[in-house]
Amino acid sequence: MDTLWIGVIGTSVIAYALKLSGHSVPEKFLSHPLIKRINLLIPIALLSALVAVQSVTTKSAIVLDHRLAGLGAAITALLFKASFPIVVLSAAITSACVYNFF
Amino acid sequence: MSRVSSPTFRDSLSVSFTVGAYGVAFGAAAVANGFSVVQSCLLSLLTFSGASQFAVIGVIGAGGGALSGITTASLLGIRNGLYGVLMAPILKVRGAKRLVAAHITIDESTGVSLSQEPRGLQAMREGFWLTGFGVFIFWNLFTLAGALGAKAMGDPSAWGLDAAVPAAFLGLVWPRLKSSTDKSLAVVAATFAIITTPFLPAGLPIIGTAVIAIIAGLRSAK
Repeated sequence: MDTLWIGVIGTSVIAYALKLSGHSVPEKFLSHPLIKRINLLIPIALLSALVAVQSVTTKSAIVLDHRLAGLGAAITALLFKASFPIVVLSAAITSACVYNFF
Repeated sequence: MSRVSSPTFRDSLSVSFTVGAYGVAFGAAAVANGFSVVQSCLLSLLTFSGASQFAVIGVIGAGGGALSGITTASLLGIRNGLYGVLMAPILKVRGAKRLVAAHITIDESTGVSLSQEPRGLQAMREGFWLTGFGVFIFWNLFTLAGALGAKAMGDPSAWGLDAAVPAAFLGLVWPRLKSSTDKSLAVVAATFAIITTPFLPAGLPIIGTAVIAIIAGLRSAK
């Protein structure tokens, strides 16, 4: 089995186990204030890291290319309080223009 | 669910459709990152948690191993467990119904359910089931559409798909950045991931930021 299939199945099994655990475990463990606090921060760190890695790296190198223009467009859209689809679309269109025409 | 009050139905449906439509972005991103159409659809059917799905395709697409991808996705899935803790006493379901409820315990079903509180317990339950099933249906249909669309496009860069993926992550994290701790954490995590990419095995620059988040959480709790 290759990396992709292990990723698909492993992620799915653990995702369901986590969901079911909430419906089963005693409330006091998961609702501890520190657990709640860290649980709010972990997605911020991981998602920010993913934004960075997907924007300016390729394999193990730092690469500044058309994607950075797309990211700039996404940030601009977010500053203007655009909705999620607009953010993604403006990034894609900007990046594609830079890639195709420069 | 005999009589569903119409405001609850309207709330559930509008959230289901809007959120479900993001499935296009996921399907397209998954294919752009090397996953097949079947694998993309299975992730939406079985994992059924947007941030976790984007994470696993993002990490593996960037060259990370399966373990890195699964770990990152699972750390993002912990919150669904917390939602279950909130929903279990509201739903009060057992057996097969509980197994189904667990699968559709996500941001949106929990959010809509809790927002129905002024309308009573019955509306909260209806909001959960309607939104959970609604998002499930639309998310999966749109994932298939996005995956097939991306497959037909060819070179992902020519269509801007390689920039759509980080933009999607940015769109997911942006509304979470409220306090100054949140914002500094985002900057530190992004910087850490970039500068460690040339030195650490793929995937670790991303998972490593979870440790930074834990440290930030411990410090701010004092």
